[in-house]
Amino acid sequence: MKTPPPAPPIDLAAIRARLEGARGQQYWRSLDEISETAEFQEMLHREFPNGASEWDDGVSRRSFLKMAAASLALAGLTACTKQPVRKILPYVKQPEELVPGEPLFYATSMLLGGYATGVLATSREGHPIKVDGNPEHPASLGASSIWMQASILDLYDPDRSQAFVHNGEISSWADFISELNQLVREEEPRRGAGLRFLTETVTSPTLAGQFEALLKKFPQAKVHQFDSISRDNIREGARQAFGELVETQYRFDKAAVILSLESDFLYTHPNRLRYTRDFTDGRRVSAGKSEMNRLYVVESTPTVTGTMADHRLALGSGEIESVARAIAQQLGAGLNPGAETSQFADWLPALVQDLEKNRGRSVVLAGEGQPPAVHALCHWLNDKLGNAGKTVFYTESAEFHPSNQLESLRELKDEIESGAVETLFIFGGNPAYSAPVDFDLGAALAKVRRSIYVGTDLDETAAACTWHVPQAHYLEAWGDGKSFDGTISLQQPLIEPLYGGKSAHEILGAIFQQQPMRDDYEVVREHWQAEKKWPDFEKDWRRAVHDGVIANTALPEKQVSVKMEAITEALATEKKNAEGIEVVFRPDPSIWDGRFANNGWLQECARPVSKLTWDNAVILSPVLAQRNQLATNDVVELELNGRKIRGPVLIQPGQAENTVTLHLGYGRERVGRVGRGVGFNAGLLREAKSFWRGSGLKMTKLAGSYSLAATQTHHNLHNPERQIYREGDLGQFRDDPQFIKKTIESPPKEQTLYNTDEFKYEGYKWGMSIDLTSCIGCNACLLACNAENNIPVVGKEQVRKGREMYWIRIDTYYKGPLDNPEFSHMPVPCMQCEHAPCELVCPVEATVHDHEGLNLQIYNRCVGTRFCSNNCPYKVRRFNFLWYADYKTPSFKPMYNPDVTVRWRGVMEKCTYCIQRISRARITAEKENRRIRDGEIQSACQQACPANAIVFGDLNAPGSKVAALKSQPLDYSMLGELNTRPRTTYLAKLRNRNPEIKEGQMM
Amino acid sequence: METIQGSEPRMPDPDKPYPVTVLGYPAEMIGPTTTYEKVSEQIAGIPLKHPHPRFWFIGFTIAFSLFLMLCGAVSYLVYKGVGIWGINIPVAWGFAITNFVWWIGIGHAGTFISAILLLLHQKWRTTINRFTEAMTLFAVMCAGLFPLLHLGRPWVFFWLLPYPDTMALWPQFRSPLIWDVFAVSTYFLVSLMFWYLGVMPDLATVRDKAKTKWKKIIYGIGSMGWRGSAVHWQRHQTAYLLLGGLATPLVLSVHSVVSFDFSVAQLPGWHSTLFPPYFVAGAIYSGFAMVLNLLIPIRRIYGLQNLITVRTLNNMACVTLATCWMVCYGYIMEAFMAWYSGDPFEKHMMWDRAFGQYGWVFWVLMTFNCIIPQLLWSRRVRTHDIALFFVALSANIGMWIERFVIVVQSLHNDFVPSSWKMFYPTKWDWIILFGSIGLFLTLQFLFIRYVPMISISESRELIAQRKEGQL
Repeated sequence: MKTPPPAPPIDLAAIRARLEGARGQQYWRSLDEISETAEFQEMLHREFPNGASEWDDGVSRRSFLKMAAASLALAGLTACTKQPVRKILPYVKQPEELVPGEPLFYATSMLLGGYATGVLATSREGHPIKVDGNPEHPASLGASSIWMQASILDLYDPDRSQAFVHNGEISSWADFISELNQLVREEEPRRGAGLRFLTETVTSPTLAGQFEALLKKFPQAKVHQFDSISRDNIREGARQAFGELVETQYRFDKAAVILSLESDFLYTHPNRLRYTRDFTDGRRVSAGKSEMNRLYVVESTPTVTGTMADHRLALGSGEIESVARAIAQQLGAGLNPGAETSQFADWLPALVQDLEKNRGRSVVLAGEGQPPAVHALCHWLNDKLGNAGKTVFYTESAEFHPSNQLESLRELKDEIESGAVETLFIFGGNPAYSAPVDFDLGAALAKVRRSIYVGTDLDETAAACTWHVPQAHYLEAWGDGKSFDGTISLQQPLIEPLYGGKSAHEILGAIFQQQPMRDDYEVVREHWQAEKKWPDFEKDWRRAVHDGVIANTALPEKQVSVKMEAITEALATEKKNAEGIEVVFRPDPSIWDGRFANNGWLQECARPVSKLTWDNAVILSPVLAQRNQLATNDVVELELNGRKIRGPVLIQPGQAENTVTLHLGYGRERVGRVGRGVGFNAGLLREAKSFWRGSGLKMTKLAGSYSLAATQTHHNLHNPERQIYREGDLGQFRDDPQFIKKTIESPPKEQTLYNTDEFKYEGYKWGMSIDLTSCIGCNACLLACNAENNIPVVGKEQVRKGREMYWIRIDTYYKGPLDNPEFSHMPVPCMQCEHAPCELVCPVEATVHDHEGLNLQIYNRCVGTRFCSNNCPYKVRRFNFLWYADYKTPSFKPMYNPDVTVRWRGVMEKCTYCIQRISRARITAEKENRRIRDGEIQSACQQACPANAIVFGDLNAPGSKVAALKSQPLDYSMLGELNTRPRTTYLAKLRNRNPEIKEGQMM
Repeated sequence: METIQGSEPRMPDPDKPYPVTVLGYPAEMIGPTTTYEKVSEQIAGIPLKHPHPRFWFIGFTIAFSLFLMLCGAVSYLVYKGVGIWGINIPVAWGFAITNFVWWIGIGHAGTFISAILLLLHQKWRTTINRFTEAMTLFAVMCAGLFPLLHLGRPWVFFWLLPYPDTMALWPQFRSPLIWDVFAVSTYFLVSLMFWYLGVMPDLATVRDKAKTKWKKIIYGIGSMGWRGSAVHWQRHQTAYLLLGGLATPLVLSVHSVVSFDFSVAQLPGWHSTLFPPYFVAGAIYSGFAMVLNLLIPIRRIYGLQNLITVRTLNNMACVTLATCWMVCYGYIMEAFMAWYSGDPFEKHMMWDRAFGQYGWVFWVLMTFNCIIPQLLWSRRVRTHDIALFFVALSANIGMWIERFVIVVQSLHNDFVPSSWKMFYPTKWDWIILFGSIGLFLTLQFLFIRYVPMISISESRELIAQRKEGQL
């Protein structure tokens, strides 16, 4: 609509003259008429006065063409579908705070491996739809892991156990209570002598309190803890080094040099998110800051941490001890017998020198699979290097009764076999599947008269027990836990248990008191009330539940001193490196120890380095494969200590020569429909003595082959001219900060036939910057995107065909020698090109550009020609080749994000920069009559990223973070030479190599 | 053998069953003993008397079975989605587009023969133009299926058409797929009119010769009241020439536009200025090969050697060889440009095409498309119908593989190596390919059964011209 021109002032003198000069009768309605002003003329001309809109150019080109359309007859084809009548009812009583369409956020916490991570769960109309990190929680800082993101799918999993089961038949809570009464009657006289509890690692103060009360009532009862991904070696290492059990905490943000002896501290450590943040904060380099930490990793199989190493050495897990010894020897440990250092002579002096140069600013740590002696040596090294109290400090353990879990489980097994156990409670963890195979816990359980398994699934343990009690998901129950640093985290439910699950608190509580039944809320609340922490309980309790975390409860630093004699003693006999092939067991990077086996998001999430989905594999080094004439997808039989399993081979560059890696958690027998028939059970080789590592593995090639589904099969950039992934060394950056920009000639923006100012993007101008130096490749962004954008799971067959649906993917490239390459991770979402090749070729305008520079995908207009994907040089578009979205499973319906369309068959989809979040922020900002603030919108990937590698924002906002990052010298556009002008740009990767170590000596 | 007057001296060759020119080339455009009456009888007799029913029924049954298979596969495709094919990301186009381009290419011979050769006064086209035009129509029908079927949501195909929709939404005119819609539909309509205009007088002939009532009525409707008056002929000839002139640019434009589906994209292996002429040459190449493949058996079975002479076959073989070299030039230039441009992506594409995972396909293509057709340099091959049949078959297969290589191989290894994937066709890909051949042959069989497959009037004209010594 046109804006009317400003009205000229009415010339009264002229009107007077005109009226006087007029002859005959003349009526005039207004002064405007008389003066024949422009407005009056316009009003006469137009049917409606100013304000009504109209087509002001007669017949426009568009409408002319429309009228002239030759296919007028086709209008009949736009048939009308009668929409079904559906009635909606408003609330009679509106729940407080609940505004339909507005999300609510609740702080709670998720426990994995016993340790809590703060969670902020999003609830829409009463059902949780997304889980993110709680920014106020020290173990999360707002970031999340793949397991947190995927836990929402577990909540709605239709295969979760839904009923009490007694001896294979459906039972009820009432029956269970009478069983408990029976139990109490039996056990009270003998003070609980036949009563045993087996739990996963417990950090929950309430649960610990309940157990303590139980043990008071039944002094002969025992509580055992077992986690199949146990931290026993770490505990024992600390015991060796300090004579007492302490927990080691690291401050990676203060470390300049980090040496990891097979510790995947960025991915499997309980404090992974915090450590990732601290570690990557120490690596970020900008125009003014050119300091970054340096990471050395010695490991047997490539891990997330290993891929971040500046220098990485692939070495058998069993040989890593000799590295630790050699370093200790060089620092004057005086080990007897002395360590052989000659094989590491190339780089060891340089490494030791680097460590010494950074006294008090280095960290040495070892992984949970390394024997206690290595951990003890690390403690000594940290002490020797002056790190203790600076980058490394010690605290009490956050666990309840920390113990050697493997020994604890062995004791339980022995007691069961001796017949001493009458009643066994098992809380989660599926020990019948995950315990060492030689314990044969499944068979042992049959000897227990009354075994009660409290778990979320009807799994192997449930099948072996007489009772199964469905356990509530953490989003359905009250509880608490401690994070790795001891901070107390509270857990609150967002929804009533979907399948009538009970929490461990309720079940333990029911042993004490049944009338009236105390629910988990009362148990947890009463525990904290009894703690008498707060003067005003009600106020502070509310505060704590609101925050999800009780502030300032981290464990205090503890002074301990290293006892070298004990270490020397432990190291007195040098272990001979066992001959032959070694096997190492690792938790699966996605489904962990098997507890997430029924989670489709995690099954389909490409494993960080191998990009494998839906399977585990026998991971071999290229050398070993060549020696045994094996190729990926060949099937081999593995034999260790007389036990045999078979599985498909996957050749993994960067794997230590004689090490075979097996990921646990697969080959589950009693599992829901997703995890059934997937992978092989590596646990069948895992005995107590080879819990993490075994040697003397025999490998026989079998006939036939298997097909593994990996999302990426080419890890080589293929051509040095293909400047897709750009990287350099810190030294290069210091010499010339602009060096990345010089790696390739990009066409200058002015060299074009077209009008470069055609689109100015004067309002918001969205953009993203991804820091390749920080990205650790942990997949959190991918899972967050899945959850936010209702991305379907397609299954193994479809992944194998190349039809996975992630909107953001992590590309991993290898560089350098096959046996120990450098790894590079590159998250690739839609680039939101300003000159988007996809838009040009869409015949129906289903992908168009908006005025803020977003490349939009309009699902209901898409006819599915797929030309856009063909013309996308980044291949970030995803197509619904079949009905991928699950419209049928009723339990998934409340899980979908109501702000995002669930896509149907035959349409293209892709990353939208989380446009629903942009819209929400825009509405809020417009209501408040302001611009959207920088940082107000976080894309889902950005929000989840523990490394802060992804930054999204408005490029036009002065001082916005993303604009600042894009002005960094390291900024580059992927395939910028195609003149696509991507809005997503990258900060090139910098490595911080030790100049003393030559390339090839230690990669 | 009677002496024939003509512009070229010709003589009988004792070794050859046909008269030859002084240079030894086959000389006859139309059999020497062919007369006006014989032409009418022979050609109109096929739809009326249905000779060789066994051949027809067996052939038709096979073709129709394949067509039914196509119907089944298409039903399943619409029910299940394009995911039943082997396509993926990055290879989002597979057999469907390959088939589309292949069929469209085949559909080029008809109009080329009818229109361009008409304007160029190539009289040897007279006895084959009807057949090739029909083939064109059927090929374009087959081709037209694929852009529809390959859509993710084929039921909303009409969104590609400019129709007045309530949202005032239009197709996106910058997209080559829209140009395709116009180019292919225009081509189909003009070809249909051109063909129908030509067939009208002959339908009248059949009507006049028909013995049964229903045949008279149906052919009567088809001939639209043609009486063969001089006015009719005058208008007919004018319209025919005009349509010929209209169809001529279409021969060049359609496949140029189809090539834009690829060359407008920026994908290495697609983004090339060479594509329009290269595609047109390839189209005519495969079209001629298909004509040879169809005509050679029909000519033998229905005894049409006197109408479709060795000279005609020889001429077609020559065009095939010429277009073969144009296509080969295209291959050479593609490789040269990839090297000359220095573009790493182009260079990789070319290397991958020849030596990558699909390398073997490329060498099969080279053998079928470039090497085997060199046999056409030999006059003996050109004039030997069975040999010619197999060379043409090789070119047809080769051209299909060429489309496959362009579509699939270019896509499977593009810019970002992490996304590279292989395409493996599924059984549905194959069923739909062979099913479309079934549809094509079904229509072809119905055509030879019910419509005069050679232009009676034009053949008679040829006889007249021969008599007047104009040949």
